[in-house]
Amino acid sequence: MHPTISDAVADIVQNAFEAAAGWVELKMVRQGDALRVQVADNGRGMDEQTLKRAMDPFWTEEGKHPGRKVGLGLPFLKQTMDQTGGILEMDTAPGRGTVVKFEFDLTNVDVPPLGDLAETLSGLMAYPGGHEFVVSRREEARGYDVKRSELRNALGGLESAGSLALMKQFFASNEEELVGK
Amino acid sequence: MAKLTLSDLKKLREEKIAELNPRNMENKDAQVIVGMGTCGIAAGAKATFDAFVQELDAQGLQNVAVRQTGCMGLCSSEPTVKVVVSGMPEIIYGRVDSETARKIVNQHIIRKLLVNDHIYDRPAADIVH
Repeated sequence: MHPTISDAVADIVQNAFEAAAGWVELKMVRQGDALRVQVADNGRGMDEQTLKRAMDPFWTEEGKHPGRKVGLGLPFLKQTMDQTGGILEMDTAPGRGTVVKFEFDLTNVDVPPLGDLAETLSGLMAYPGGHEFVVSRREEARGYDVKRSELRNALGGLESAGSLALMKQFFASNEEELVGK
Repeated sequence: MAKLTLSDLKKLREEKIAELNPRNMENKDAQVIVGMGTCGIAAGAKATFDAFVQELDAQGLQNVAVRQTGCMGLCSSEPTVKVVVSGMPEIIYGRVDSETARKIVNQHIIRKLLVNDHIYDRPAADIVH
């Protein structure tokens, strides 16, 4: 199981980046006791057989991570959902992209904590590539939306240590406002 | 922490770039090099470094770079600072606290007069090499 929800989000979003997507959208919406997460991309997508194998922790796409024999992102997420009464749905087709939806039941004591979402999102924003990454985050009625291209415009670049620190500050301030700290 | 917007973020970046400007060597004709080895830091070189940055900023001196280096071999006289101003000899100052740092800016860099009571000899060559 992922130690935190942020780790699960990072794994699934990274899958989307690695699927040669030009556009990736992360939506995280908290409503009552449910935290709904959706990761959508316009990447390669998967056929039925690949999707089945993606749930096998001892399978990873050939050439994706040289030397690595496991692919734990989706299997861990499925395990978490099975164990905590959550919901996991996937919609994918070759050439069309993939949508992964998962919903945490926050009343379940075994649901992992949210973790450091500011650190996770800033790291994902800095992931190399020319793709667009859109984050839409809501807690009940409040929330924020931000695009990778907007952050790049504001910071001039995303990969430097200075940009990472400023991005983390940006996300942390927005997260704090959301949870009312 | 107040909620940051993208324009706040842009402003923060510009502020950080301005803060780092003294370390940039481009278009600078004088240098202040602060010894920040373990001995220097233990003796308060961080406060010395900050004092130089603040005083140069207060005096509006944009043409002076403030940089850091390691131990200059004068551990007994830390914090040590090397000041390089064109047309003047390169000077190593020792026991430079914040007040001395401000004096160096006003006397050495602005008025081109040495701060005599803090000048130290370079360490002997057999110590440095």
